[in-house]
Order: sequence, then structure tokens, then C-alpha cells
Amino acid sequence: MNEAVVAETNYLNAGYGVKSWLLTTDHKRIGILYLLAITGFFFVGGFFALLMRLELLTPPGDMVNAQTYNKLFTMHGVTMVWFFLIPSIPAVLGNFLVPMMVGARDLAFPRLNLLSWYLFMISGVFTLYALITGGVDTGWTFYTPYSSAYTTTNVVPVMIGIFINGFSSILTGLNIIITVHTMRAPGLTWFRLPLFIWSIYATSLILVLATPVLAITLLLLGFEHLVGVGIFDPALGGDPILFQHLFWFYSHPAVYIMILPSMGVISELVATFSRKAIFGYRFVAAASLAIAVYGFLVWGHHMFVSGQSVYASVVFSALSYLVAIPSAVKVFNWTATLYKGRVWLQTPLLYAFGFIGLFTVGGLTGLFLAALAVDVHVTDTYFVVAHFHYIMVGGAVMGYLGGIHYWWPKMTGRLYPEGWAKFSAVVLFIGFNLTFFPQFILGYLGMPRRYFAYPSEFQILNVLSTAGASILGVGYILPMIYLTWSLRHGKPAGPNPWGGTTLEWHTSSPPITTNFETTPTVTAPAYDYHHDEPEKEEVSQGE
Amino acid sequence: MTSAKVNTMSSFPLFPDQASVGAQRVDAVYFGLLAISAFFALLIFVLLIYFALKYRAGRNVDRVIRRTDYLKLEMTWIIIPLLISFAIFGWAAKVYFDLRTPPEDALEIYVVGKQWMWKVQHPNGVRENNELHVPIGRTVKLTMTSQDVIHSFFIPAFRIKQDVLPGRYTSQWFKATKVGEYHLFCAEYCGTSHSGMVGKVVVMEPLDYERWLLQGVAQESMAASGELLYARLSCNTCHKPGGRGPDLAGLFNRQVKLEGGDFVTADREYIRESIINPMAKIVQGYPRMMPTYRTQLTEDQVNEVIEYIKSMSGGQETASRSTK
Repeated sequence: MNEAVVAETNYLNAGYGVKSWLLTTDHKRIGILYLLAITGFFFVGGFFALLMRLELLTPPGDMVNAQTYNKLFTMHGVTMVWFFLIPSIPAVLGNFLVPMMVGARDLAFPRLNLLSWYLFMISGVFTLYALITGGVDTGWTFYTPYSSAYTTTNVVPVMIGIFINGFSSILTGLNIIITVHTMRAPGLTWFRLPLFIWSIYATSLILVLATPVLAITLLLLGFEHLVGVGIFDPALGGDPILFQHLFWFYSHPAVYIMILPSMGVISELVATFSRKAIFGYRFVAAASLAIAVYGFLVWGHHMFVSGQSVYASVVFSALSYLVAIPSAVKVFNWTATLYKGRVWLQTPLLYAFGFIGLFTVGGLTGLFLAALAVDVHVTDTYFVVAHFHYIMVGGAVMGYLGGIHYWWPKMTGRLYPEGWAKFSAVVLFIGFNLTFFPQFILGYLGMPRRYFAYPSEFQILNVLSTAGASILGVGYILPMIYLTWSLRHGKPAGPNPWGGTTLEWHTSSPPITTNFETTPTVTAPAYDYHHDEPEKEEVSQGE
Repeated sequence: MTSAKVNTMSSFPLFPDQASVGAQRVDAVYFGLLAISAFFALLIFVLLIYFALKYRAGRNVDRVIRRTDYLKLEMTWIIIPLLISFAIFGWAAKVYFDLRTPPEDALEIYVVGKQWMWKVQHPNGVRENNELHVPIGRTVKLTMTSQDVIHSFFIPAFRIKQDVLPGRYTSQWFKATKVGEYHLFCAEYCGTSHSGMVGKVVVMEPLDYERWLLQGVAQESMAASGELLYARLSCNTCHKPGGRGPDLAGLFNRQVKLEGGDFVTADREYIRESIINPMAKIVQGYPRMMPTYRTQLTEDQVNEVIEYIKSMSGGQETASRSTK
């Protein structure tokens, strides 16, 4: 396929007008719409982070004022959690890939899919409105009674935004679940599914089951804020700890909404670039479901110093150790897959390695936080900030970018410049560690999070962190540039530049609107590489 | 920004001061975790790099996979981490439990958090703001509440932290082991000047502490201040033997029978609730008539009234005897 050109008719040139995009029901186009939207939100959220890191260069608060700083970390959290991380892989790659990976023409409910994008955009408008008209300063956690009775900032529009956003999540989750159940191609049994499908399926279960709790919580909070009914505010006879239980009952599973899809991406990358089936496929698949289930049982570990019963804390601590096991199983199996593989160190695999390394650090530091006695000291400090950025940025964002690089040729029909891509993956890795590793030390030293000014002995570590953040920023901007460049100038990719085995590589790049000319029939497991026969080197690599 | 110039710290510290009994035990768990984590992280990193180099495409190496007992391998890396996890869990939970249970003989100090300062009341009546003076080697128990939103009382050098809630009392304890000044932080985000809600803990030799407690001004003890409030608000109009309200002498920590037959212990929580929200629990045999004192008493005044009520416990003692 050397003469490979961008396929003549495909989903991208099926129609050109604005209407052909805004009224599309093609899952691939909706995936692209999400990609554009969340990229915008990512840079908005990143800009807030940049301002925060600049403020923290010096111990006294001197660049912005205290309330502005509080608004910055709140809006950074809100934007990154609900407008970037949660929709990132499920709504962009999930939309684009799930139908193709199961051999279907589209998701089960294409119009519902378009509706979820519109809900997402409407929720974005509310949040943006709150932002422009003054911002919010409660932290993304909205703890009561501060959020309900004390803050004077714009909580209500942001809560409406997040409330609507939740429905977009629920609809996407529902669509994916039903598609995986009902639209798999003939022969595509559950244990032949790519592991990406398993993890996106597990994620969708969480989206559908956890998000309504957030909606209810926000409704109650809004009710208290506007009508003054005592639910969470002790001055009205409410209980502020109840809010924390409800909030984390959603928000802890939400952490798994962010990380599980990345784990699915990593399984695909490791399999393709080591030319081997994922070691312990069934264990890796089951681990995704185990994480989804356990994820619902550990919310109380955010509350060890909140005043909840010590006995509850002990139970939540034990359960939190259980949830570490399936994550460890995944890491061990990915590593074992490389053994006697045919490892092809392309950019996506670099991202996968970055993910495994950073997720390992993030996961292991989670054990520190689950350890009751240690958590008392490090909770609400920079240790927590470092830990969840290792999971959400080092893990989730690395996985997302790895996936974007891996499927970019499928989405656009073009290859990106490999040298630049490898370079920026390395820049990203270095920048990330320099930004967040010093924060573990800061946290154990006792620097609380959400501090606008801090004692001078913490300065050197903060300067290191800010320096790292500027490198990290470069690592994010570079892919923006070369990926955009590749749209016009990249080499045509052909249908299967990486030698992948899953169904999306069995159609043209970019795919036609209906994905496949004829419905594929599946006869083999997901990663059907036969390389055990001695010496048949370098087959199927870009050929 | 902070008034606490912590002299024991260098300008580029990598590890916090260790200034309490609990700190040593917490750090032991921390180092245990660090060792285990470093082992597993290195194991994964080394294997990743080694496999990626050894088996990179194009290298002529043995790729024939002989029979591996795959199930045995999976079980190994499930069961070993599980056992290690539970060992850490048990260890950390034990330390946590011990550090949550205060010894009997504790010196009790009261803390009220409000946007954005810490008010500290010593039983003998000494008050301080954003500072906490304590003697070395003595168990100190903090009983804490908030006037407004949720705060969190955090002393890194002691490795202790506990949220401070409106409408409820929480507590924590420590025994300082090193004389010096240490940071005190609010660790739960509480609004605009959250990062200004800081102060210092001063650990003193017992003699210096005694001298500090008797500083200059003649103090009314907390209980004596409570007695004054009690009189000013005319509590004793009703709360007396045969009065319209229950007699409060000897009440503290006693069982009280409520309307409907339930029993409740008359502890701090209950007494505070009865002052702020009197209709919540009515003692059997008394009319529903007490007004709320929510707007008339601040949380530190409530603490004083409770101290007074405590001091009435052993019969009709007067409050002028300090609880110190």
C-alpha cells in the first residue's frame, strides 16, 4: 500500500458545510466535535494553572489577590475535571472508536449522541458565563456550608453548568453500554473484544450509575442556597459531612471515569507495539470491572479527618487497599506483555511507557493516602495534589495523548512527524515530573493545598514546580502545532500504519461514513499476532 | 506571610520537624511505605526498559515462549501485593487508632475556628489568637469547633490534623517532645484568607509554661467567665431545683431521660445543642419553653458556659475554683 493516499470518499469529505458538522449524527464527526471542544477547555484550564504557578513563585501573595487565586484553582479544577478529563477519552476516542472496534456502523443511538454533545456545549456556556461574570471561589469540591451560605461568588450558574454536563455524561455512557451489548459484529464475542472496549464499558457503567448522585447533590445544594432549606448547613439544622459523603460518592468513582479509559488505551498501545496479545487478557478485562465496582465503595477515604466515625474510616481504608490490586494487576500484565515481544518504540508506545511509569508512582502514593495514620498528616496538603496529578495528568492525559497519536492516522488519514512527536513526549515526561514530584516533598513538609501565600522555607520546591510547569506547557503546545501541521502536510497513512489487529484497522483511513463496506465477521481474538514462528522479521510494519 | 518564624527549619528543608510522640510513629509507617513503593516502582521501571531494549523489533533474540504457568503468575502478583497491602493497612490503622484515643490525664484546651483566625482558650482563662502555647511532655487534648465554615487544625510537626466543624465538637491530642515553635495551618479551604489562617505552636519547658500561664493580667477562669454569662443571661431563673427547667448541678456526663423515653448523655454536644437549639431534645417532665441563645453566645462563650456547668458537677461547687 505504498501509493496509499487519503481514501477518496470518507467521513471527512462526506459533506463540507457548517451544517454538515453541527447536525451530523456520524459518531466519528461527533468525536471530532468533542475533540475541538475539549482541546479549547484544556487550554483554558491550563491557563488558570499557569497563573497559579506564577503566583506561587514567591512566598507572599503578590501577583493576583487572594480571592482571584481562589477563583483560579476553582476554575482550573472545574474545567479540567468536567470539561476535559471526564469527556476526554470516552467522548472523543470512545465516540470515534467504539462502533468501529465492535464492527458497527454507528453507536446505538446516533441522535442521542449528538444531543449529548449539545448538552456538553450548553453546560460549557453556563460555566463560561459564571467565569466571565466573576468566577467561583469554592474549590471544585463545593464544600458546605462555605458554598451554600458564605461565598458571594457565582456558585449557581456553575452548578447548573455541571448539572447539565452530567446529563451529557450519562447519555454518552448509556450509548456506549447499549452499543457494546447489542451491536457487536458476528463472531465478536465478549472475550474477543479489544481491551479498550472493556475499559470504556466499565467506565460507562460508572458514568451512568454515579453521575445521577452528583446531580441530586447539586440540586440539594442549589435548593439550600436559594431557598434556605437546611440540608447541609448546620445553622439551618443540616449536616455538612452529609454533603461530603454525597459529593465523594460521585467524585471518587469519577476518578475512575478519568483513569479507566486511559488504561484501555494503554492495553491497545502495548499490544500493537509489542506485536503480542496482552498477557493475561482476561485478568486485565476483569480488572476494569473490578475497579468500576470497588470504585463505589471507597469514597470515605477522602474524609479521614472530616469528623466521620473512626470505625468508618478503618473500613474505607481497608477497601481502598483492595482497589489497588486490580490496578497493580494491569501494570504487571502490561509489563509481562513486552517480554519476548517485538517492541517497536514509536511515539504511542513512549506515551504508554510514560503512563505506566507515572501511574505506578500515582498508584503507589495512593497507598500512602489510604494508610490512615499517614493520611491524617498528608491529606489536604500538596501530597494529595501531587498524587492526583500523577493519576490524572501523568496517567489520564498521557493515555489520552498516546491514544490521539495512535489513532490520529485513522482519524485524519495522515501521519504526524515522528521525530517531533517523540521529542515532545520526552519533554512532557520531564516537565511533568519536575512540576509534580517536588509537590510530594512539599506535602510531607506540611504545605497545605489551596494556599495563596506560604512560609518562605517552601519557596525552592515551589520554584522547581513552576519551572517544571513551563516545560510541561511546551510539551502540550508542541503536539498542537505538529498535529495541526500534519492535517495538510503529513504523509498519507494508509489503512493500517501500525500493523494493528483490531477492527478499526481493517477499514480505510479516514474511514467511510458507514465505517465498513460490509459488516466484518470476526474469527479470532483481539490481538491475533503469530510471531512465535522463528524469524519472520519486520512484517506488517507500515507495509 | 506568617508570624511563625520557625527557627528549627533550614531554608530548604526536605523533611519536616518531628516534635511529638505521634510524629515518630507516623513517620515509621511513612518510611515503610516508601521502601515498599520504591521497590515496586523500580521493579516495574527496570523491567519495562530491559524488555523494551532486549526485545526491540529487529533484534535477533529468542522469542519462543515456552510453557509458562500463566495462572500461577497471575495469582502470585495478586496475592503478594494483597498481603503487603493488608499488612500496611493494619499497621497504619493501629497507629491511627492509638493516635485518635487520648490518654486520660490530658490537659484540655479549647479551639474555636472562625474566618480567618484561631481562638484558643485555656481553662484558667488565658486566651490567645493564632498561637498555642503548650508544655513539653504533657498530653494535650484540643476540643474544637467552628463559628462559621469548616476549618482544619493542622500541626505538621506533630503530624496531626482534624477538621473543625460548625455545630459540632471534634478533638485531637498530642504530646510534644521538642521545645520550639512550629507551624499551625488551616488545612480545609475556608474562603478568601484561608492561607492567612495560620499561626504557631510554641512548645515550652514546664516551668516556662507555668510562668507563661500566669502572665500579668489577672484572669477569670473559663468556668468563672461562664458563671458570669450564666448570671447575665439569667439562666438560673429556670434552671434550679424545682424550677421550670432541669437543675444543672451534677448534670455533666450524666444520663438524662428525654420526652418519649430515650436516654442521652449530657456531654458537651448535648449541652451545646440545648443552648443553641433547645427544642431538639426535651428532658422528660419539663415544658417546651426555652428560647435559643444562638445569637447571644459565640462559640467561645458557649465553651465557658459549659465549663461552668461542668464545674457544678460535684454538688453546688462554685466556679471560682479553676479547673486547672
